[in-house]
Amino acid sequence: MKQIYLDHAATTPMDPAVIDEMTDSLKNLYGNPSSIHSFGRKARQALDKVRRTTAKVIGADEKEVTFTSGGTEANNLALIGTAFRNKSKGNHIITTKIEHHAVLHAAEYLEKNGFRVTYLDVDKDGMLDVEKLKASLTQETILVSVMMVNNETGVFQPISEIGQLIKDHQAYFHTDAVQALGLTNIHVDNLSVDLLTVSSHKINGPKGLGVLYVKKGTKLDSRQHGGEQERKRRPGTENVAGIIGFGKALEIAEEKKQVRKETYLSFKELFLKILDKNEISYYINGSKNNTIEHIINLSFPGTNVESLLTNFDLEGIAASSGSACSAGSVEPSHVLVSMYGSENSRIINSIRFSFGLANDLSQVELAANKIAKIVKRLTK
Amino acid sequence: MIYFDNSATTKPDPNVLDSFIKVTQDFYGNPSSMHDLGKNAETLLRKAREQIANLLSVSNDEIIFTSGGTEGNNLAIKGIALQHQARGKHIITTQVEHPSVLLACEALEELGFQVTYLPVDNYGRISIEELENSITNETILVSVMYVNNEIGTIQPIEEIAAITNKYPKLFFHVDAVQAYGKIPINLNIDGIDFSTLSGHKIHGLKGTGLLYIKNGTILFPLLHGGGQEMKVRSGTENVAGIVALAKAMRIQLDHLNEDQKSLVEMKSELLRAIEKIDGTVVNTPTENAAPHIINFSIPRLKPEVVIHALEEHGIYISTKSACASKSPDKSSVLVACQKNDEVSRSGLRISLAYSNTLEEIKYFNQKLALVVNQLRKGIR
Ligand SMILES: Cc1ncc(COP(=O)(O)O)c(C=O)c1O
Ligand SMILES: Cc1ncc(COP(=O)(O)O)c(C=O)c1O
Repeated sequence: MKQIYLDHAATTPMDPAVIDEMTDSLKNLYGNPSSIHSFGRKARQALDKVRRTTAKVIGADEKEVTFTSGGTEANNLALIGTAFRNKSKGNHIITTKIEHHAVLHAAEYLEKNGFRVTYLDVDKDGMLDVEKLKASLTQETILVSVMMVNNETGVFQPISEIGQLIKDHQAYFHTDAVQALGLTNIHVDNLSVDLLTVSSHKINGPKGLGVLYVKKGTKLDSRQHGGEQERKRRPGTENVAGIIGFGKALEIAEEKKQVRKETYLSFKELFLKILDKNEISYYINGSKNNTIEHIINLSFPGTNVESLLTNFDLEGIAASSGSACSAGSVEPSHVLVSMYGSENSRIINSIRFSFGLANDLSQVELAANKIAKIVKRLTK
Repeated sequence: MIYFDNSATTKPDPNVLDSFIKVTQDFYGNPSSMHDLGKNAETLLRKAREQIANLLSVSNDEIIFTSGGTEGNNLAIKGIALQHQARGKHIITTQVEHPSVLLACEALEELGFQVTYLPVDNYGRISIEELENSITNETILVSVMYVNNEIGTIQPIEEIAAITNKYPKLFFHVDAVQAYGKIPINLNIDGIDFSTLSGHKIHGLKGTGLLYIKNGTILFPLLHGGGQEMKVRSGTENVAGIVALAKAMRIQLDHLNEDQKSLVEMKSELLRAIEKIDGTVVNTPTENAAPHIINFSIPRLKPEVVIHALEEHGIYISTKSACASKSPDKSSVLVACQKNDEVSRSGLRISLAYSNTLEEIKYFNQKLALVVNQLRKGIR
């Protein structure tokens, strides 16, 4: 049975054009960018080209683009790197309870090192209230980290409003834009962010590659020491092929952004329509309209996650219960807990579906019908 | 084209490339996902880990995948220091380590650690007695590279291990990035606790690598997040890169077993020709040296000029390490070997791969003599 992959928020298949581009570079552009001979220089040029592409897409300067080994590393560098470097200005950090674990666990590490961290809850729509954030700001606050799009619900956070709010505050503003890139316009100046994270494998690029945007003048300690790569912010021989693959994926994503947005929205609408037609009862977790096109998180009353996922799997449907990164276990989603409290049944009967390159309309239709059948059976 | 800069980076092996491509196409799931695609990726990851553990004669849970040698070295050194600082705050390393070790140690100095940088003799070797004499009650870590990346010196790793093994609270880390596949190494001996490898030095991919961590040793993680890699190294795993690493390691080891002799032959052929050129100084020692690195100086000729002149004949070699910093024109390794200023300034490095041939060596020897002659005459 052919799998229907509805888990693009966990990771995406690589675009064939990306694989081609990487293959080509692995064969022909294998020099070390730090080498002074032409082999090295060619690799460096290829790298810098992607740096420029990336900068252009997010409205940054190429000097503000740092390549990392992924979203996790970029988030760690953003939080821990700025916190330690700016300790003299204060020890308070604000983030939300719905961040990815790469932010949450980095924040917990900072707590162990003498920082005070405020974790803000979100409302039932999965959104952060900017007023709450405003009320938490103190003179001691040195960093605010709020994700742009939540990876479990797909809900957009009010990044540019927060950006406006803290523009004149000493705190740096970091946003994890891993789930936003590719389907959203991201412009670092419009958002007023100082730091921004993206990850390549979420946009049909290779795993093991990410970017941290670091606004000029932002003071940040590097987490890794060694050579002079990435302006010493992130030493280590550059993953040239990975960077080239990411660059290609980004170019394609930008080019096809509008089409993809419309396509995934139509998938989502069809998906819900079929559930409705089958009279399946469900709730959408998170705001219905303020959500990115490719993610939808549904609660099916009277079911539970384990049996849903097992049955989906048997029918060849790959979906997930929230973040893939909770390494194997079906722990209650911290995102849904923040939205509904730990007693609500939604935290044990919700599934995230996320669309992408591996899907077409007929697959979505097939999957929705199968899901309807399964849910009916389980709630009988 | 003759590529003699294999210590800077190598060309991915075609078989390695095939594995990489196949995995990106057929196994793109996130290993943490619970559905089939995720489980298949996880299985592949586990198999790669098993294969690698086998190749290194260690057990599966002793392998942690990283984004490369720089990360591996940083993780070992800072991970031990931060986790075990209550036992003591003294670290011993050498003056000739890779910058990723030296600068990780310097970063720890800023956090209040004391670091002893052991000197080396003319051949780049440390003294065992000096090492043992430097150990104090406060010493928690010894970090010594197996093979030096600039001149190829092999350090007395097993003798060091015999010493560190006598001190139960002392950990020993070995940067084996330049050693693996070029000389027989045994990591599974008493006294060795960690070892770093990097994929792109052995015809694998840039941005891949591993840290061997002896069973049960607790390391403080540098990346916090989803808890992958037994919680030591969070971040979505670069599955295709890791499978490629396993493949590259196997191929390298086969080469080592079957044709290490070819490297030795090529090296002696090179040395014979280099020594024939008037005034050259060979910096690579005759004993205790790896078979793939040849470092020599041509006093009074700028190494960059020699490199570019050779490049015109399609030959690629290098000066000092691609990412060394410190004194801009001198090799810090040659300075540590007490070479005079002129020799330290004019070092050149040839580094071989198994795919190089005696024909290439002969062509090189001819061109080197020609280039030196022309440059000395001031005509080009
Ligand atoms: C919102 C968000 N941030 C960060 C990450 C981590 O990125 P990576 O998997 O590249 O480490 C992910 C995905 O796992 C994510 O969804
Ligand atoms: C001895 C040694 N250690 C560590 C490294 C760093 O490895 P990577 O380039 O994978 O970060 C290198 C190569 O640059 C090296 O030669």
